[in-house]
Amino acid sequence: MSVFDIIGPQMVGPSSSHTAGALRLGLLARSLLGRTPERATIGLHGSFATTYQGHGTDRAVVAGLLGMAPDDERIPHSLAVARDAGLDVTFEPVDLGPEAHPNTLRFEIAAGDDRATLIGSSVGGGAVEVTEVNGRAVDLTGRYDTLLIGAQDIPGTTAAVTRLLADAGVNIAFLEVGREKRGREATMIVQTDQPIPDAVVQEVQGFAWVRFARRLQKVTD
Amino acid sequence: MFTSMQEIIERAGAAGEPVWRVVLAEEVDDSGKTEEQVLARLGERLHTMREAVERGLASDTPSVSGLLGGGARRFEEWRQKGASVVGPFIGRVIARAQATMEVNARMGTIVATPTAGSSGILPAVLFAAEDELGFSEEELVHGLLVAAGVGEVIVARASVAGATGGCQAETGSAAAMAAAALTELRGGTPAMVSQAVAFTLQGMLGLVCDPVGGLVEVPCLTRNVSGAVQAVAGSELALAGLSFPIPADEVIDVMGEIGKELDEKYRETAKGGLAATPTGRKLAASVRWEGPGFENTNVARARQLRDEERDEERGPDG
Repeated sequence: MSVFDIIGPQMVGPSSSHTAGALRLGLLARSLLGRTPERATIGLHGSFATTYQGHGTDRAVVAGLLGMAPDDERIPHSLAVARDAGLDVTFEPVDLGPEAHPNTLRFEIAAGDDRATLIGSSVGGGAVEVTEVNGRAVDLTGRYDTLLIGAQDIPGTTAAVTRLLADAGVNIAFLEVGREKRGREATMIVQTDQPIPDAVVQEVQGFAWVRFARRLQKVTD
Repeated sequence: MFTSMQEIIERAGAAGEPVWRVVLAEEVDDSGKTEEQVLARLGERLHTMREAVERGLASDTPSVSGLLGGGARRFEEWRQKGASVVGPFIGRVIARAQATMEVNARMGTIVATPTAGSSGILPAVLFAAEDELGFSEEELVHGLLVAAGVGEVIVARASVAGATGGCQAETGSAAAMAAAALTELRGGTPAMVSQAVAFTLQGMLGLVCDPVGGLVEVPCLTRNVSGAVQAVAGSELALAGLSFPIPADEVIDVMGEIGKELDEKYRETAKGGLAATPTGRKLAASVRWEGPGFENTNVARARQLRDEERDEERGPDG
């Protein structure tokens, strides 16, 4: 929480949760894919499903997928920008269950052969929470640059990743390591104080024991 | 980040400093930014807030739905003709609260303070104070820090989201923030700042979020007017040295508790309150987004409906 969360975001209206927060979730989904998507199916849950057009949620989500900031004045026209950019978007109402926050989005996006899925909620004042990434449960706020790694469950993997980050001068704010079962795939979630350089992501992806490595760039101060 | 008004009062009291200094020190501590960086960035936000007010007062551009547009300007012109009885301070507040909300509703750029749906209140009070009481831009930035401290406490103890806590969580929080800022700008002590929060928020308790058609337009715009006026009253009561018997932190807590108990239809779903009145439903039905680009095909119809109703209200001579 920062004074700029309360006195902000600086944004295109009309709703911090349905416009700015929705855009930030779009930005996170784009970041997960690593480039501008060509196809996107956006599931709208709860209040998002009933009021998304009036709040410009559709335009905001697409603006996020296109990489626009919350105060980008092209947001009202983002659907036209998407058409020109070759981004094909479908919106559909979904029911993610009674436990899901009333303002929740589910992204299924793709570019070429790359695919990504993300579920996140807009929890008020433009703040967001990501609860699922590529089918894995997570608990992220978009306030930190984050490295998501799926790896073999063998000794030394955490040390190798933290060494790379240390050498790049990147400080780790939060580190979460877990696995479903001994010897199966382990998950590492590293949230950092500084941007994670492309080179670090590529080196991590190059490790033989890494199944996948994705970076989420922060969207909130 | 702060979790109670009591903590803010105690920190300010112990250091012999105003609330804005305590909030600034905490931000520097949390973020690693320098004081100058924080103040400069808040200055930019203040600039955006000012631009939104000026654009709203100067233009009749309708909202995306066509339900709003031109109200701020009409009110300001009426006020400047000397028709108002409330005096220039409150008059400016009423006009400016509408101005930002109109810009917001037409997808213009605003600063969410703390949300877009309540973004009219803080700038209305701050810029009225600038015009009528001569505060400098630097002082207004200090006001933003006071408001931010209050907002942080409310986020920690309750909520600022209409979908979670109703309108009391949005315009109630914004009003409490504005009251706190005005109180310190006018020389109030940290204890008076906290009193202003209590006096203001107690008057907003229970307010439901019932937007017509789910749009941040009706009644959000006029709720911002109510909140901004309530903020000035709350600040005045505190500056006069009066005390509300329930401390600010407990008023904030109960706002959060009431929010949890509000039926879903009163939490930004457009299923209850004004949204569910016969006219609310009629207006909602008149606004539709269709087609591949979701271009609003019914803006003209919504505008016509609004104008017809306005003419009916005014009567043949109006």
